[in-house]
Amino acid sequence: MHPATAPHRHLVLVGHGMVGQRFLETFHEQAGPGWRVTVLAEEPRPAYDRVHLTSWFSGTTDEELAMCTPEFIAEHGIDLRLGEPATAIDRERREVTTSAGRTLRYDALVLATGSYPFVPPVPGHDADGCHVYRTLDDLAAIKAEAATARTGAVVGGGLLGLEAAGALRALGVRTHVVEFAPRLMALQVDDAGGHLLRRKIEELGVTVHTGAGTEAISAGPDGRVRSMALSDGTELDVDLVVFSAGVRPRDQLARACGLPVGARGGIVVDAACRTEDPHILAIGECAQAADGRVYGLVAPGYAMAETAARQLVAQEGEFTGGDTSTKLKLLGVDVASFGDAHGTTDGALDVVYANSRAGIYKKLVVGSDGRLLGGVLVGDTDDYATLRPLLAGAPLAVPPERLLLPAAAGAGGPAPLPDEAVVCSCHNVSKAVVRQAVADGNTSVPQVKKCTKAGTGCGSCEKLLGTIVSEELAARGVATDRGLCEHFTHTRAELYEIIRVKGITEFSRLIDEHGSGEGCQICKPAVASILAGLANGHILDGEQAALQDTNDHFLANIQRGGSYSVVPRIPGGEITPEGLITIGEIARDFGLYTKITGGQRIDMFGARVDDLPRIWRRLVDAGFESGHAYGKSLRTVKSCVGETWCRYGVQDSVGLAVELELRYRGLRSPHKIKAAVSGCARECAEAQSKDFGVIATAEGWNLYVGGNGGTSPRHADLLAADLDRPTLIRTIDRFLMFYIRTADRLERTAPWVARLDGGLDRLRDVIMNDSLGICADLDELMRRHIAAYEDEWAATLADPDRLRRFVSFVNAPGVPDPAVRFTPERGQIRPVRVAGPRLEVRA
Amino acid sequence: MMPADEIRVAHEIQLAHDGAWHTVCRYGDLLPGRGVAVLLRGEQVALFRDRAGELYAVQNYDPFGGAYVLSRGLTGSRGDVPVVFSPMYKQAFDLRTGVCLDEETAPDGTPARLLVWPVRVAPPATR
Ligand code: SRM
Ligand SMILES: Cc1cc2nc3c(=O)[nH]c(=O)nc-3n(C[C@H](O)[C@H](O)[C@H](O)COP(=O)(O)OP(=O)(O)OC[C@H]3O[C@@H](n4cnc5c(N)ncnc54)[C@H](O)[C@@H]3O)c2cc1C
Ligand code: SF4
Ligand code: FES
Repeated sequence: MHPATAPHRHLVLVGHGMVGQRFLETFHEQAGPGWRVTVLAEEPRPAYDRVHLTSWFSGTTDEELAMCTPEFIAEHGIDLRLGEPATAIDRERREVTTSAGRTLRYDALVLATGSYPFVPPVPGHDADGCHVYRTLDDLAAIKAEAATARTGAVVGGGLLGLEAAGALRALGVRTHVVEFAPRLMALQVDDAGGHLLRRKIEELGVTVHTGAGTEAISAGPDGRVRSMALSDGTELDVDLVVFSAGVRPRDQLARACGLPVGARGGIVVDAACRTEDPHILAIGECAQAADGRVYGLVAPGYAMAETAARQLVAQEGEFTGGDTSTKLKLLGVDVASFGDAHGTTDGALDVVYANSRAGIYKKLVVGSDGRLLGGVLVGDTDDYATLRPLLAGAPLAVPPERLLLPAAAGAGGPAPLPDEAVVCSCHNVSKAVVRQAVADGNTSVPQVKKCTKAGTGCGSCEKLLGTIVSEELAARGVATDRGLCEHFTHTRAELYEIIRVKGITEFSRLIDEHGSGEGCQICKPAVASILAGLANGHILDGEQAALQDTNDHFLANIQRGGSYSVVPRIPGGEITPEGLITIGEIARDFGLYTKITGGQRIDMFGARVDDLPRIWRRLVDAGFESGHAYGKSLRTVKSCVGETWCRYGVQDSVGLAVELELRYRGLRSPHKIKAAVSGCARECAEAQSKDFGVIATAEGWNLYVGGNGGTSPRHADLLAADLDRPTLIRTIDRFLMFYIRTADRLERTAPWVARLDGGLDRLRDVIMNDSLGICADLDELMRRHIAAYEDEWAATLADPDRLRRFVSFVNAPGVPDPAVRFTPERGQIRPVRVAGPRLEVRA
Repeated sequence: MMPADEIRVAHEIQLAHDGAWHTVCRYGDLLPGRGVAVLLRGEQVALFRDRAGELYAVQNYDPFGGAYVLSRGLTGSRGDVPVVFSPMYKQAFDLRTGVCLDEETAPDGTPARLLVWPVRVAPPATR
């Protein structure tokens, strides 16, 4: 809070979107305490990241999308009025009226009201089931609708339309895209690119209609959309429609108070972002910039926000035109365009590389002076981040075709970027600024992102950012340390390769040849897991026994007081009445506490070490196996009841869950692996919160990967849709083996996927397109795992040597540990904490 | 296994307690890098053998976990110090002195230090 000293000037910001928020940030960086700020916001929540809106469907939360913290609002004493839009401006009196009927006097008024989605006025456009795609509330409405919808249509085949189509598809809705222009993304790509794009979109299972307008939408007797008529005579049966036919600037407030607006809308502003009224500025999508354009992208909006803030504080700064580069964030289709993509500049020349077999189309537009003017990339956008910063820089140092050819062919690697090249166009951060940030001690990408803001907009520059940061670190001689622990300088993945390639089967040999010291609680279990993962026999045999964490050592989880818990495997959560009775009888006979776990099985607690073999003897005799609750390995594959019983189910989810659990049981891995299978999109098995999750569709199975609950919950991402069963299983096999081979110790699949260079796309390339040529290896490793599987408990019971350790005391084998004690609670036992020996320190 | 080890397999391990040596098990009962629990006149002792054949004995009670479990921890080294890691919350204890290397005091306020027992491979003459 600022003390009320000088008479404060009052700034009113209308609209708390992305650009409004950026304005506030720049304004507060620059302005002293002389201002009081009020923000009128129409939406019920503070500014959030609209650019990544679609990721909300794949689990990004409202919190993660938020761009403004309560601390920011409090720190700057901002009066933020959520859900209270401005309704009128009185320029004479310099007052704004709000929907709550209040009037606010302003010294400066900044309009950042954004755009509204254009809905073509076709008959039926307002039927139930028709939506737009702009706000979090819109997405929530679409998601709710999609739960019961079968077929949807997206009107508009531009950037947003395709994003929306991808989202509908992932929600399990059969999807059509209807585009008036003869090609998709008409604004960004050219004909050849559009053609390839269409093919790729259709491969995703989306039906594309180009050159077709929407004539009418008809509703059924319940008022809900039932069908849609296209201008080419097609009739589509749809029960969900999303309009994404472009946006229009929200300039009504300005129009109503007599401010000039452009011919196609947009509040007219000059290079200083001022309107005709010196007290009123306009920024972002609601404004028509000094170059006569209305920009529908965030980067120019940010530049305007910064200009307006500087104008208010110091009367300096200009915005004359912005970058319109875009990259599509649609699952599975890579499209990017930047600069003068259509080659409209005088004397511009095209250089094209097309490979229709690989589905790649790339075009660069080069000026007569040899400067790069723009380009289009379809199917492979890896070069987007490196090409865009070269825009309108010095004439290219290498022939343009070198920039287009696949890396291997075009020897010499990527063209080195000059220092002034803009790496991040969302935040206008140059390579020099990134290098400086590293020089200042920011040694990781997250740190650099935090201090420069680069990479925190659309995210498309993140990969390039990573490259520059590592190059800079390497140039400064800073080594990045990912060593396992004090005994090994290798990462887990490196140790895995060493062990595999050298055929090492003993920890002693590994640490003597590749490490130092005696090992510790970090490297020993990690190595044990690698050895077990490479199917090296029973984990309690030979030297391996000495490496296991106590849980693996006794094939049970240690609990409070030193007793152990017993978890038999119950694949898919399916269990017979006899099975239930057996578990009940055993628990009763050994006095164990029983509980249904969060993993759809039954845990028995309170077993003494000595009792474990006897308890397991009975379980094994009744057909149960180890549930590996103690290992870093597959835990459970949860299921919903599925099509067999559930009236909504479309596939046998229990059957698949059982099959998967039996296939991967006992698979040792860097961290635990959890999975689930749901019988339909209602997702009762919570498959999207698992390391791998499968959701049934009418056509097959959707595979999600990289989810987890726990400390940092994360929703899984859709890896592939509508797979048949053999393809599904093969893909999961490879996913797991690739993970086991390359992840760090205690790294679950989510952070591992995020760390993969190229993320989900890369993963898809490696395990579905075999881009590294290792799939045969991965398949073989899984085959070996399955062939070598044996129930660890049955094998232990069969071997007196392994059984010898299950005693409380080496010198008194029959004596149970007197320190393990229990007391009754709610009809069962609970452990009691016991005191230790009195400490009298001996010399 | 080294030849010296083979000779020792049948040898007895002894702990000193109340002024006398007590035989608790045979050398061959011990797995390099792991421990066993010993019940010694009502007291619980955790007995370990490292890869080089060195023996250590400390109290079995884990002051942090509040349970008699240290014999089930993994052994290893921290720098040059031979250690056992609690199987409950993973603190490291110096096997030679019993001193905890991660915390100074136990949750009950006492110094985080384990009792240690003298341990030896019984000379053949005593058998
Ligand atoms: C028994 C159970 C709680 C219950 O009574 O329901 C349980 C108990 C334990 N969980 Fe859990 N978790 C249990 C379900 C879950 C679930 C729910 C699920 O699996 O659907 C989760 C969230 C889902 C997830 O993991 O993504 C869960 C997230 C964790 C985590 C956090 C993992 C993370 O990535 O952040 C830990 C800690 C860890 O593994 O490092 C953990 C660790 C543990 C440990 C191993 C802690 C420990 O070291 O003692 C507990 C072992 C108990 C035992 O001896 O059996 N448990 N735990 C559940 C056993 C399920 C089973 O049948 O195997
Ligand atoms: C799904 C999606 C994906 C996108 N992807 C990209 C991309 O990849 N790259 C890119 O550059 N851009 C992208 N965009 C566009 C980008 O989101 C916009 O350019 C950016 O949000 C514009 O910011 P703004 O603040 O001008 O408008 P907005 O973010 O729309 O904010 C305007 C705010 O003003 C409020 N408002 C309106 N009228 C009033 C009033 N009278 N009183 C008070 N408040 C009012 C609105 O409710 C809204 O909250 C995408 C947009 C969407 C919807
Ligand atoms: S997820 Fe399974 S249980 Fe839930 S509704 Fe669908 S089929 Fe039924
Ligand atoms: S270019 Fe968008 S975040 Fe960097």
